[in-house]
Amino acid sequence: MALSRIRNFSIIAHIDHGKSTLADRILQLTSTVSEREMRDQVLDSMDLERERGITIKAQAVRVMYRAADGRTYELNLIDTPGHVDFTYEVSRSLAACEGALLVVDAAQGIEAQTLANAYLAIEGDLEIVPVVNKIDLPSADPDGVAAEVGDLVGLGSEDVLRISAKTGAGVEAVLQGVVDRVPPPSGDPQAPARALIFDSSYDQYRGVVAFVRVVDGSFHPRERLQAMALGTRFEVEELGFFSPGRRPAKHLSAGEVGYIITGLKDVSQLRVGDTLTLARGGAQAPLPGYQEVKPMVFAGLFPTDSDQYPELRDALEKLKLNDAALAYEPESSRALGFGFRCGFLGLLHMDIVRERLEREYELDLLVTAPNVAYQVHVADGSLVEVHNPAQMPPAGEIVETEEPYVRASLIAPKDYVGAVMELNQERRGTFHHMEYLSEERVQLVYDLPLAEIVLDYYDQLKSRTRGYASFDYELLGFRPGAVVKVDVLLAGELVDSLSLITHRDNAQAQGRALVEALRERIPRQMFEVAIQAAIGTRVIARETVKAKRKDVTAKCYGGDISRKRKLLEKQKKGKKRMKQVGSIEVPQEAFLAVLEINRERTA
Amino acid sequence: MTAPRHLYVHVPFCGYRCGYCDFVTVTGNEPLHGRYVDALIAELGTKTIDPDTVFVGGGTPSLLADELLARLLATLPAAAEVTVECNPETITATKAQVLVDGGVTRVSLGAQSFRPRLLEVLDRRADPASVRAAVATLRRAGVENLNLDLMFGVPGQTPDHLRRDLEDALSLRPEHISYYELEAKPGTRFTHAHGAELARQAEAMEEYYEVVVETLRGAGFRWYETANFCRPGRPAEHNLGYWLGHDYLGVGIGAVSTVGLERRRNLPSLPRYLEAVEAGCQPPAEVELLTADERALERLMLGLRLDRPLPVNGARPLLDPVAVDRLCRQGMLVDDGHALQLSERGRFLADEVVATILR
Repeated sequence: MALSRIRNFSIIAHIDHGKSTLADRILQLTSTVSEREMRDQVLDSMDLERERGITIKAQAVRVMYRAADGRTYELNLIDTPGHVDFTYEVSRSLAACEGALLVVDAAQGIEAQTLANAYLAIEGDLEIVPVVNKIDLPSADPDGVAAEVGDLVGLGSEDVLRISAKTGAGVEAVLQGVVDRVPPPSGDPQAPARALIFDSSYDQYRGVVAFVRVVDGSFHPRERLQAMALGTRFEVEELGFFSPGRRPAKHLSAGEVGYIITGLKDVSQLRVGDTLTLARGGAQAPLPGYQEVKPMVFAGLFPTDSDQYPELRDALEKLKLNDAALAYEPESSRALGFGFRCGFLGLLHMDIVRERLEREYELDLLVTAPNVAYQVHVADGSLVEVHNPAQMPPAGEIVETEEPYVRASLIAPKDYVGAVMELNQERRGTFHHMEYLSEERVQLVYDLPLAEIVLDYYDQLKSRTRGYASFDYELLGFRPGAVVKVDVLLAGELVDSLSLITHRDNAQAQGRALVEALRERIPRQMFEVAIQAAIGTRVIARETVKAKRKDVTAKCYGGDISRKRKLLEKQKKGKKRMKQVGSIEVPQEAFLAVLEINRERTA
Repeated sequence: MTAPRHLYVHVPFCGYRCGYCDFVTVTGNEPLHGRYVDALIAELGTKTIDPDTVFVGGGTPSLLADELLARLLATLPAAAEVTVECNPETITATKAQVLVDGGVTRVSLGAQSFRPRLLEVLDRRADPASVRAAVATLRRAGVENLNLDLMFGVPGQTPDHLRRDLEDALSLRPEHISYYELEAKPGTRFTHAHGAELARQAEAMEEYYEVVVETLRGAGFRWYETANFCRPGRPAEHNLGYWLGHDYLGVGIGAVSTVGLERRRNLPSLPRYLEAVEAGCQPPAEVELLTADERALERLMLGLRLDRPLPVNGARPLLDPVAVDRLCRQGMLVDDGHALQLSERGRFLADEVVATILR
């Protein structure tokens, strides 16, 4: 197809603003899928995505559209992941496009996440086609929202399309708008071949499948290619495009979007943002914008039943095949046994991984409280990166600690500005600026330690603004922060998996909340159990679980020996589910106390 | 295999059913008493047994009319200890004489409490005076070995009630006291009626149990089993048989026998029992086949209830040596390499200790 007849675009929308429904309508309208094949959210293939209504992996689908000028255009719709944790992946998906549909719910208006992605698109010089969706809703305010959206992208509200993806009203105009407003791809069909990898997935029969946007030249089956940043080499086993299933083709040329089957066995060999070219006689310079994404949120994953450790290892290996951002390394805890320290892009990423492990691999998992990465300057001049409280150097050797900061953007109705400010002050936030998006809605920008948002920041924000506030953030890097490690001792024994790292100012309150939560969760034992929270050797909080005084069934005669034996076996089984810490039996749920305390802190 | 040395005879009849009771009992049906006694005698006739102990339990065996009771006792094999369970309000001078003439050496009297209000909560018909009268009557007839069944953890009970119950019981100078905690079975009418109060009592019972042990020991009783106390030389030999893991035979509805690895439980239906035995058949029963490990585990569980060392013998592999060692160091348990015994503190926590040392 000539470059002039190709349009590459993506859809930017907040969760539930109708991105998937619009994509479905486009597939129907262009007869890419038959009515019979049509099911809701065709592009979201994983169960989890369908259920949560979010897109985890980007996808690309090619549709052929006969425009008003009577010509047929090749439109490539690149679906972007829709969440804060995947900003880098979003930026790469956008880099594969020349335009973006900015879809906003006519009843809800612009949300923080939409704004963040819209800015990404504007920074990437994408042509924005604004669309107000759900105009059929009784609570819709198409004019007000169109004005808000128009202001954002610098267009008059008459240039904002008004549609209902649900009923199909106005969807035809969206396709025509893409043809008319989105520029055709530029690129040199004669130059050495270059393609941007904007996503990849793992096919258990064919290995890694790269999703690419060809920028220059063209690619063919059997060619030997190279990923320029990582140096990975492979032979093209097959290439083609999605419609919406895989359709093999003889070539992928400049301006086109499609897939390349690489036969590689591991997605980490092919990173999003990397450039593909020919292994011999390839391009000299890679495409701009490649970054290595680093996990920022860490948590321990332990099987509840220690026999499941090998299964957990296998499952993580398989997930990693499809998720280059997931990091893990073996970890052993005295209390929880063998497990893995896993690194995630953010909280949603962590949630998704946990849910997939439990659902798809039928594992019963114990997840420790998440913490962020810290950088610790030690007396000998070295810099230690701490992903786990256990890695924290002794307090005496620490010169300075640094923690990751983010710039958070929050949008809320003006009545909730006070509540949002209060929350950010509690979370050690620094006010950056504030802007009225309209008379009613305000954007607030704060710099915050990432540690303050990984626990329950989002829940708090939602509850304090009755769900009206939206939130997005970008990483700023490391900044100094006085953090300390709080340890928990049960009957004098340190329980490694209960340690946490927190800001010095929060240590006392968190230590207290933690020992109180533990007191409620640790059943009485044969002995009195002291529960202490300590920084180094200094105890900052203490609680006691009193000793049990009686545990014996009174009557036991000939007629009820079997029943008593069964009760004993049941009691034995109950004990086996507990973790032995020294002479103390600790129920699994006690280890979740760390997760609870942060909720209490702000309650 | 030697024949069991312990015989249990179940008499299910009661004048009324107490709210908390979960034994196999039958109320009303006086016309059936005679048929049942005949059936018991018939079932006994099929057994070869020369027991050391016989225990006639219930139900309320003393509810049987004098001549029926006499007939039953006359048929029982002779034994060094013959115990009959009695309710205080059924004890008359003639009944007491029937018991003594029938070879009964020991009477277990269901007193439960001496507080009228608590007796009412338990649906007991006897008042405190009738307990005292029954003891006097039995003593006059020549019963030298007397047990009182008592109970703590009754809804409404206070520490003062417990103290006075203990005083009242001791003033009757029994040879043996069984002091049970009230076990309210989930789903029963009783549990439903007293839910919140039972929870409160469950907490108070920790202290009640300590008070019971302390008071009875102070009065010269030996705390020889978890819930049982005796004057020197007066333990319940029949029950000791259970706790020492001996084989035993049971006859009557609901009665359990354990011989070797076979445990047989007669079904609780009175009509089906009568029908089968009168037709000359074995009574309907369910049979549980124990494994050697299960039987060994039961012996551990039961034997550790006693205040004497329990030879471990072949049961060692059932034990977790690390846990045994830890509990010994913590003063819960004594292990001399051959026998195990719970410490004083360990006895209060026996269930947990046993669950901990098992593999």
